[in-house]
Amino acid sequence: MKYFRLVLANLGRHKLRSILTIASVALALFLFASLRSVVTTMAAAAQFGGARRLVTLNATGLVFPLPLAYGNRIKALPGVTGLSWANWFGGRYGDGKNFFANFAVDAQSYLDLYPEIVMPADQKQAFLQDRTGAIIGDRLIHDFGWKLGQNVTLQGTIFQGDWTFKIDGVYHPTDPAIGDNVLIFHHDYFDERIGRAGIAGWYIVEIDDPSHAPQIAKSIDDMFRNSSSPTKTGTEREFQASFATMWGNVSFLMNTIGLAVVFAILLITANAMMMSARERTGEIAVLKTVGFSDRLLFALVMVEAGTLALTGAAIGLGGAKLLYPAIKFNGAGFLPGFKVATSTLIIGALVALGLMLASGLVPALRAARLPVVQALRKVE
Amino acid sequence: MALVEIRDVYKSFQRDEQRIDVFTDLTLDIDAGSFTALMGPSGSGKSTLLNLIAGLDRPTRGTVTVGGEVVSAMSAGQLAAWRARHIGFVFQSFNLLPVLTAYQNVELPLLLTRLSGKERAERVKIALDVVGLADRADHYPRQLSGGQEQRTAIARAIVADPTVMLLDEPTGQLDAKSSQEVLTLLQRLNKEFNKTIIIVTHDAHAAERAKTILHLEKGDLIEKPRMAAAGR
Repeated sequence: MKYFRLVLANLGRHKLRSILTIASVALALFLFASLRSVVTTMAAAAQFGGARRLVTLNATGLVFPLPLAYGNRIKALPGVTGLSWANWFGGRYGDGKNFFANFAVDAQSYLDLYPEIVMPADQKQAFLQDRTGAIIGDRLIHDFGWKLGQNVTLQGTIFQGDWTFKIDGVYHPTDPAIGDNVLIFHHDYFDERIGRAGIAGWYIVEIDDPSHAPQIAKSIDDMFRNSSSPTKTGTEREFQASFATMWGNVSFLMNTIGLAVVFAILLITANAMMMSARERTGEIAVLKTVGFSDRLLFALVMVEAGTLALTGAAIGLGGAKLLYPAIKFNGAGFLPGFKVATSTLIIGALVALGLMLASGLVPALRAARLPVVQALRKVE
Repeated sequence: MALVEIRDVYKSFQRDEQRIDVFTDLTLDIDAGSFTALMGPSGSGKSTLLNLIAGLDRPTRGTVTVGGEVVSAMSAGQLAAWRARHIGFVFQSFNLLPVLTAYQNVELPLLLTRLSGKERAERVKIALDVVGLADRADHYPRQLSGGQEQRTAIARAIVADPTVMLLDEPTGQLDAKSSQEVLTLLQRLNKEFNKTIIIVTHDAHAAERAKTILHLEKGDLIEKPRMAAAGR
């Protein structure tokens, strides 16, 4: 501790340089934490899904619907205990800058299959009985200032026109991956408005035992293999994972950018440390004359580099950890449950330690190996 | 027995292809409690001798013994610890750390000891008191005059109560008044506190304050030690 004052005094020698170096490290690790959190949040979303839920899509792709008539045939299969369906709506509110997901569902069966969607019983009843009603995640209340019972109008982007819904309920998801910024409304109303009844975007199939999932999925797909709309069935996790896979290259890109940023900052920090050590050649020689050992001087320069790196890391990583929950960040709705994971903080701290080693090692070795007599001759 | 014993010291430097012999066969004794001035022209080996005694440099051959310990045989780590205990070094250009106050500069050698913060504070206060700078403890070097800076450097050199004080041109950057103050202080340290002092200087007036004057030329003692006026 008695030496730390010396370290702080040295860091205070060029306050602006030290502050800028710390700010660079903080920014680098903030970006690193943010980019990695996008990747981990997507990966976590891919893990979402009850093991007892399957999703059946049109084999050609999500944007192609399936006949509603498939529902009864799927439901009749052994091992199937529940069924619901949904359709992506893609409406926007206001200027559309604040994107949020919205889709039509078969309300009763959908809420039965998703116990993670929790709301007061009276609101649930009101929604089930209101054909033009909707339920919303509690985040939308915060984002738009909506109130229970209010009418909200979305502009259809896929299904044109103004669509007005009464907010009958506000739910809170027990699993963050469900999304707290979703608007859900009745499939019946959707069918009625678009005048094209009898289609479903995707089916959600509840099964009796997760171990039966592969067999049931195969049965469903086999059943429709030679129809006009063949299906592709998988567990809900696979369904989520397919979205994550679409992001695969983005994930790679983000990791690469994150590492590039850290590497760039490493160079800046190393340069600052080298400059700092070079400027003090004479002082290091004086300290050696006073009796400071090579080992102690090595440690002091390393601690100096560590103070810069770890202070920057604490600000950058701590900032990321605190900032995103405070502003309830969810990536415009694409990253529900966005959070900076503990593993990201640990990796960030290790990166900071690596930064300390990489930026401090050369100046520390130079300080330790400095020949006193030659250095003093330059100073004197 | 002499405090500093220099025996058959040969010291050379290699500069490019050329070998420069500083000392070819130097033998010298300096007693405890003495105040010795080393004089001689530039390149005569005065500062090299000081560096050898301080263990900052090693002789090519021969031995340097201080207080019974063979300095020239110590490892780098042993030398650092030894210097912290036994050597107080003062430079021509003061060499105070600009980011530390006078108090913190003086405290530096004590950081290497096991003294508590309170004990360190007491010793620093005494050292600053001895050099007459107790009221400048919180000043940074840039806030001190040259003479005050050098006195702070002397306080740093004496604070750990070293066996020998080595001063390399301590008045070289000072005006006449400050030089006299520093030299008077050194005489006081020698007389009142019995400090062994070795000073390198070009200044004959400064050397006159020492008890003994040694003349070096091209690495040789060109005359036997003689007693300076102050020492008679």
